[in-house]
Amino acid sequence: MTLAHPTTVVRRRIARTLTQLSLVVASLVVLLPLAVVFLTSLKSEQEMAQGSRALGLPDDLLDFRNYATAFRDGEMLAAFGNTAFILLFAVTGTVVIGSMAAYAIDRFTFRFRKLVVALFLVATLVPGVTTQVATFQIVDSFGMFDSLWAPIALYMGTDIVSIYIFLQFVRSIPISLDEAARLDGANAFTIYRKIVFPLLRPAIATVVIVKGITVYNDFYIPFLYMPSEDLGVISTSLFRFKGPYAAHWETISAGTVLVILPTLIVFLALQRFIYNGFMRGATK
Amino acid sequence: MPATHTTEKVARPPSAAPRPPVPRPAPRSVRLWRGLTPWLFLAAPLALLVAFTYAPVMNMLAYSFTDWDGVSPELHYIGADNYVEILTRPELFQVFFVSGYYLAASAVQIALALYFATVLSFNVRFRNFYKGVLFFPYLINGVAIGFVFLYFFQDGGTLDSVLALVGYESDRAWLGTSTSANISLASVSVWRYLGLNFVLFLGAIQSIPGELYEAAELDGASRRHQFRYIIAPGIKPVLSLSVILSISGSLSVFEIPYIMTGGATGTETFVIQTTDLAFRFNKTGLASAAAVVLLLIILAVTWVQRRLVPDDKVDLT
Repeated sequence: MTLAHPTTVVRRRIARTLTQLSLVVASLVVLLPLAVVFLTSLKSEQEMAQGSRALGLPDDLLDFRNYATAFRDGEMLAAFGNTAFILLFAVTGTVVIGSMAAYAIDRFTFRFRKLVVALFLVATLVPGVTTQVATFQIVDSFGMFDSLWAPIALYMGTDIVSIYIFLQFVRSIPISLDEAARLDGANAFTIYRKIVFPLLRPAIATVVIVKGITVYNDFYIPFLYMPSEDLGVISTSLFRFKGPYAAHWETISAGTVLVILPTLIVFLALQRFIYNGFMRGATK
Repeated sequence: MPATHTTEKVARPPSAAPRPPVPRPAPRSVRLWRGLTPWLFLAAPLALLVAFTYAPVMNMLAYSFTDWDGVSPELHYIGADNYVEILTRPELFQVFFVSGYYLAASAVQIALALYFATVLSFNVRFRNFYKGVLFFPYLINGVAIGFVFLYFFQDGGTLDSVLALVGYESDRAWLGTSTSANISLASVSVWRYLGLNFVLFLGAIQSIPGELYEAAELDGASRRHQFRYIIAPGIKPVLSLSVILSISGSLSVFEIPYIMTGGATGTETFVIQTTDLAFRFNKTGLASAAAVVLLLIILAVTWVQRRLVPDDKVDLT
């Protein structure tokens, strides 16, 4: 590098400071609303009633009574249970269905193959929210309305992005592996189960993470299809806090933190996978 | 329930795939089995695809020409009346103006994401921390975000307190008037979705080979020129993807306004209105027509984008 002119040095330093400043401001904008809710969740009912300022610290930093209230009265345990049940089935189903479809599309030549591919391709253009009016009638006619199976079936059946992710990976597995196994007498199902599926591990990790977070966060489908109180998932159970605790921000805040906490833990543990997963998911 | 074993839907047997003549043709049953195999793998995915994507679209089209209420066995064909109603009743049409706020917000969002992605693609202190902080909101549950920001905008809540710190006492209800509420909600949407755009842009920028920057620096290119001639072309595909996602996203906003205001004070969006029409007022026919209009708009936008930016990445066959 040539020696820079003094004014350019100054200008660079100013630019760098401004950049740092913008990053700090952005971090504050992201973190402050969350931090305030966390602080509020530690305040007692009396403190709130006496008009504690939003930015003020709670009297007792280790007072977790609101969490107990939120957990017990908000039926968060049942909600986490229902969410876990849906997660387990929906994610497993998505992985199995996506990998099967990808295997069939990539490894076989059959009549109507182009048509099948086109059907999946066009379906990505139809956003789920627009068709719920009619999807509802179909789910209802299967007798799945107001049961945990409605969201499970919908999450499994409408995820075409996963099929794309699997397709990319299936394509990268050399066909010679299939052929070698076939010479050893393996049929198509054995090849899928013993060779292709295990090699799809990175794709499976991606789909499990992206799908898992999407299902955990979804509100619309459980809200629409599972109105029963005992079928609450974490989104809908938290939403129900709005009525009975309308004025009790300390309890609502505790419930909110309870819902965010698992996400934060997963994010900190799996950061790299999460970035890659969402990148792959969005750009297909 | 997970349909691993697919016995229920035996697809039409495609009369043995046309293969080049094999020396000794396999027995008939083997050939039939071979032709059937891909369909056994596809049966479950296709059944779900038809049941939850294509059948609803078809039904929706059919309902949109009727006065069906969603429950009664009786329905009448009423032609295009539903469509006429949507396009002529101003209170049904005005939800599109609400989308305008979100559209403007997504322009801001893309610009900010681009700025932060560029800044953080260079070596900055605490880079990973900033990256994590900017992305994390995207992962948070929508209801939780709704509550966080209800408290944020509340009277004497986070925003008022921060403003008081800098000496500005405000007594305005942020969610009280239509304009202010919509701007507030659209800002929440920026807060929530910025991270995804940011990470997509950052990924695209980082996949540009580093030698390009070095060469540019040797040639004396400024940061601005580096952005203009190296970064911008490199992220064009992701940028166009973000634009299309923003447009269809702005048209189908639901969670944040529904959770925070329930669609009150003029914050009702298209999807809230459609959901209410269908499930609260039992106007399945009218709601279907509304959904068809939304679907057509989104398809048109996608089509325009595909024409403008031919995407060579989408090759399935």
